[in-house]
Amino acid sequence: MIAVVNSGARRVPTWLVYALAVVPPVWLFYAGLTGGLGIDPVKAMEQQMGLLGLQLFIATLCITPLRRFAGINLIRFRRALGLITFFYILCHLLVWLVLDVQILSQIIADIYKRPYITVGMAAFVLMIPLAITSNNMSVRRMGAAAWNRLHWLTYPAVILGGVHYVMLVKGWQIQPLIYLGVILGLLALRQVPRRR
Amino acid sequence: AAALPGAARAEADALEPNTWEEITQYNNYYEFGTRKEDPARYADSLITEDWEVVIDGMVDNPGTYKFDDILAKMTVEERIYRFRCVEAWSMVIPWNGFELADLLEMAGVQDGATHVAFQTANRPDQMPGLAYPVLDWPYVEGLRLDEAMHPLTIMATGIYGKPIPNQNGAPMRLVVPWKYGFKSIKSIVRISLVDKEPPTSWNKANGREYGFYSNVNPNVDHPRWSQATERVIGSGLFAKRKPTLMFNGYEEEVASLYEGMDLSKSY
Repeated sequence: MIAVVNSGARRVPTWLVYALAVVPPVWLFYAGLTGGLGIDPVKAMEQQMGLLGLQLFIATLCITPLRRFAGINLIRFRRALGLITFFYILCHLLVWLVLDVQILSQIIADIYKRPYITVGMAAFVLMIPLAITSNNMSVRRMGAAAWNRLHWLTYPAVILGGVHYVMLVKGWQIQPLIYLGVILGLLALRQVPRRR
Repeated sequence: AAALPGAARAEADALEPNTWEEITQYNNYYEFGTRKEDPARYADSLITEDWEVVIDGMVDNPGTYKFDDILAKMTVEERIYRFRCVEAWSMVIPWNGFELADLLEMAGVQDGATHVAFQTANRPDQMPGLAYPVLDWPYVEGLRLDEAMHPLTIMATGIYGKPIPNQNGAPMRLVVPWKYGFKSIKSIVRISLVDKEPPTSWNKANGREYGFYSNVNPNVDHPRWSQATERVIGSGLFAKRKPTLMFNGYEEEVASLYEGMDLSKSY
């Protein structure tokens, strides 16, 4: 079973993953224009892009524990998933900036006055160096050790993303807490000591 | 019923109501789920036949009133009001309803009563959202007596001339157009006249974010977002936000209720 997954995954070209990743945002924008996103298309796009970004981020975090604990090797897709996560979060941010808040002074005020937006923006800022260095040249130039140190930023970024989701809803809702729990669980798995 | 003040009537004529679909498919009614589409999907299970409302506390005629009997005694009229949610979106809704003051007059408010407390139905078998502790159920709200007696304050029983759908608070809900939407409590089963400020659900859940008054005020932000502007539901993907009006545009009618109060403290 594991061998089948591994050999199947080897045959999937990574460009296909990138190509498929473009579909959800394009579909959301089209549906928003044509009335397919319900009564409040701006909020629907904003929330869907944010949620997709968080889901992709969690999928990226699954790659390492899947290999270590289940022997499923999807490591060649990790960079693609990480970059698509960044792309989705960028779309989420753009919908908020351009379609939702619109007003520059209010955007700036929101970023430093409102904790959940501050937290979300901090997560996005942490992802920028990760996205910029997600290429072979950067790994070569920086050296593996420095590159790994920088990419440790993934962990604070994903925690801030999960916290952002918990903070932005009215009251204590179940779904955001489940997402944050999954994120913390995946990070905790990395603390399990390696057997010798 | 007291006449609707002239300015509000002139304004109401200029307001363009949202569509039936927008008003009935985009709701906050957490007893049926926290997503905007949940109430339209799940509120059918609420049984509104033979609805009864308890009116008690400091009234001359306390008792359990049949909703149909109340409606038979009241004068129902159309009121086209702006509706501003605390989440910074807005609609215009053509309500049908009667003035709360008329109902309170029927009950006979006693001297010494200062506030009105309201309660929503609490039926876990008919309201799936009650399984989740998002709020301390049942939902409760309250008004100061002068706010409750104000001619703009109505009990809505219809929209667009049709009976109010369950997801909008059937069979009878409060509408206080100068306050954020959550003050306008839905599917009311109890109205109590009391002599102190009653507890209210969102204030209990988070007092820093939701005050007792919750008057629409573009100058007092919600701690997590600005209240200066609003997204107008139904205006499309690229529509501009609209500046929020003081008291949601009903300043002329209601500002005198709050004279001498610091609205940034009594929010």
